[in-house]
Amino acid sequence: MSKQQPLLEVKNLKKYFQTPRGMLHAVDDVSFKIAEGKTLGVVGESGCGKSTTGRAILRLVEPTSGEVNFDGIDILKLNPEQMRKMRQHMQIIFQDPYSSLDPRKTISQTIEEPLRLNHIIPDKNARIERVFELMETVGLAERLFNTYPHELDGGRRQRIGIARALALNPNFIVCDEPVSALDVSIQAQILNLLKELQSRLNLTYMFITHNLSVVNHFSDDIAVMYLGEMIEMAPAEDLFTQPLHPYTQALLSAIPAPTLNKKMDRIILKGEIASPIEPKPICRFANRCIHMQDRCRKEHPELIEASTGHFVACFLVQ
Amino acid sequence: MSEHTTTAPIPTLEIKNLVVEYRTEDGIVHAVNGLDLRIEKGKTLGLVGETGAGKTTTGLAILRLVAQPPGVIVDGSIHLNGENLLMKSEKEMEKIRGKQVSMIFQDPMTSLNPVTRVEDQIAEVIELHEHLSWNESLAKARDMLELVGIPGERGVDYPHQFSGGMKQRVVIAIALACSPQLLISDEPTTALDVTIQAQVLQLMKNLREKYQMSMLMITHDLGIVVEICDLVSIMYAGRVVEHGSLEDIFNNTRHPYTEGLFNSLPNLEDRKAKLKPIKGLMPDPSNLPPGCAFCPRCDYAMEICHTDKPGKVYRTEDHFVECHLYSEQNIGEKVIGK
Ligand SMILES: Nc1ncnc2c1ncn2[C@@H]1O[C@H](COP(=O)(O)OP(=O)(O)O)[C@@H](O)[C@H]1O
Ligand SMILES: Nc1ncnc2c1ncn2[C@@H]1O[C@H](COP(=O)(O)OP(=O)(O)O)[C@@H](O)[C@H]1O
Ligand SMILES: [Mg+2]
Ligand SMILES: [Mg+2]
Repeated sequence: MSKQQPLLEVKNLKKYFQTPRGMLHAVDDVSFKIAEGKTLGVVGESGCGKSTTGRAILRLVEPTSGEVNFDGIDILKLNPEQMRKMRQHMQIIFQDPYSSLDPRKTISQTIEEPLRLNHIIPDKNARIERVFELMETVGLAERLFNTYPHELDGGRRQRIGIARALALNPNFIVCDEPVSALDVSIQAQILNLLKELQSRLNLTYMFITHNLSVVNHFSDDIAVMYLGEMIEMAPAEDLFTQPLHPYTQALLSAIPAPTLNKKMDRIILKGEIASPIEPKPICRFANRCIHMQDRCRKEHPELIEASTGHFVACFLVQ
Repeated sequence: MSEHTTTAPIPTLEIKNLVVEYRTEDGIVHAVNGLDLRIEKGKTLGLVGETGAGKTTTGLAILRLVAQPPGVIVDGSIHLNGENLLMKSEKEMEKIRGKQVSMIFQDPMTSLNPVTRVEDQIAEVIELHEHLSWNESLAKARDMLELVGIPGERGVDYPHQFSGGMKQRVVIAIALACSPQLLISDEPTTALDVTIQAQVLQLMKNLREKYQMSMLMITHDLGIVVEICDLVSIMYAGRVVEHGSLEDIFNNTRHPYTEGLFNSLPNLEDRKAKLKPIKGLMPDPSNLPPGCAFCPRCDYAMEICHTDKPGKVYRTEDHFVECHLYSEQNIGEKVIGK
């Protein structure tokens, strides 16, 4: 991890959902930091709690407990009015550009909305100027100003989502699977755009994805989640070259690499992810783990720093 | 019609000049535009391309399941073991579907009935095609479940009681219940997590071996192609623009579109390498450009590309490309990506 003062510091974040079958531990005691201008990639299989973590940080779902320190302020303690102001600095881009846009609003109305609602630019003409500027920033042609989302392809819709997120000049953006619904050639266009914006505007990203090659390309640090917990976190390079957790190892070995030059020894995991409801205080990966020992089914492994900046929660490394 | 020489073995699947259109109120969608494709017995062909390239339409056309209207198979031939499927009656096709050719889809619920026990769904296919009694069919259905890694006793459960990965296994069990000669898989693992995808691909490889099956693997993922395919056809705007072995496509890439697909992918070896996306978008299939369909996005486009459609140029007996950059003379070298 970087030595800089973090822009975002999350401590012991929990989000539990009450369900008919008991308490669902969607996010279970997660802690991490992201330094200003950096990207933390968050990976893991569907249902492991990535989106809930991202949404809890922005208080789009109310966390059960924990701290979310943004620029030194614990935002979980803010009242609604203070939180509304804070949100200008913290934005989110969703996976599905199709469903996250209002079909009845034109592109310009969509991008203008946050400017209008937050009274950032009271003058209508000045707002329109800003909309054009934002459209240019994300590579949307001026002629699309009055078109509707359904008239556009997925890549352009994602550009609208990005323009809207940028409207209030945020410092921090949660990118929740922003390219997962896109074809590879369009995916590459959007990834390049996000990178370019990051360096130009000094943005800090939390980049959620299930695509491991994308996360490797995009992130400074990577966190791996499993059943609501963060089980490994390290600089991207480290994580990919020296994964410590057996789950991370299996995950990385399962990536189908588009090259003939590398033959991977694939670790095929048995079984599937267990239930997140009322998990026992043991290792949540134990039932699928090829290195499982007695201890793994009796105790809960804590996240420890195995080497500088490389955190892992596994008894093999303790 | 089918003039196969006696010496050459008859391929499991041979598609020639397939043309499929969707005739809609907004115009004619040219989904498949003169597609050629051939799969020898026991081989797996990867059909690769981006959304809207016409991959699913091609798969559906083989089974004669293109929605009609608005879909029309306008031209071409589709031979399965030497017999032209486009000449078959609907009755004959019903016997072929699920027996000689099966298809699995990205969303397993396309093939599953939510209110029927999974073992009954498998047994129904077996009873229909294999003329076994219901009890024999049920017993075989449970065997099939075991074969795809699901305990036989779970056959009494309904689809919603299974996870996504397990539903896709059930679909595979149904598809393979009558040992088809050809399995068409349309993005079968796209909705699955990578560790589950690895399980399902492993299963498909084992079963392909066991049944000596030919496979058409529709995917947009070049990583999966490496994993499971022998041959690759790169599809763009309804045509195969480059075709060859894995070695041909990955290490002797010729078409600028194929090259563009590779350059769009993050490089696992070099995480800092900048992505080089293909510019622009796929053309609207109801309004295709007169020349090469890739021309508006191509960095190498020449004058002729705007006006004339390129023909096939062969580098080897298998490997061909449809691109004006190449001729018999220079197909030996790679003129792009320098
Ligand atoms: N509003 C909710 N009510 C109940 N359970 C939820 C809710 N939102 C998410 N969950 C559950 O929380 C877990 C984590 O979900 P999510 O954060 O969406 O995972 P991911 O983004 O990694 O796929 C899942 O088990 C999911 O079903
Ligand atoms: N039922 C239909 N009616 C009209 N157009 C269709 C229909 N099905 C597919 N298409 C169009 O045909 C083209 C090819 O689609 P498809 O075969 O699904 O491509 P792929 O599977 O490669 O994404 C697309 O432009 C698609 O919109
Ligand atoms: Mg999610
Ligand atoms: Mg398709």
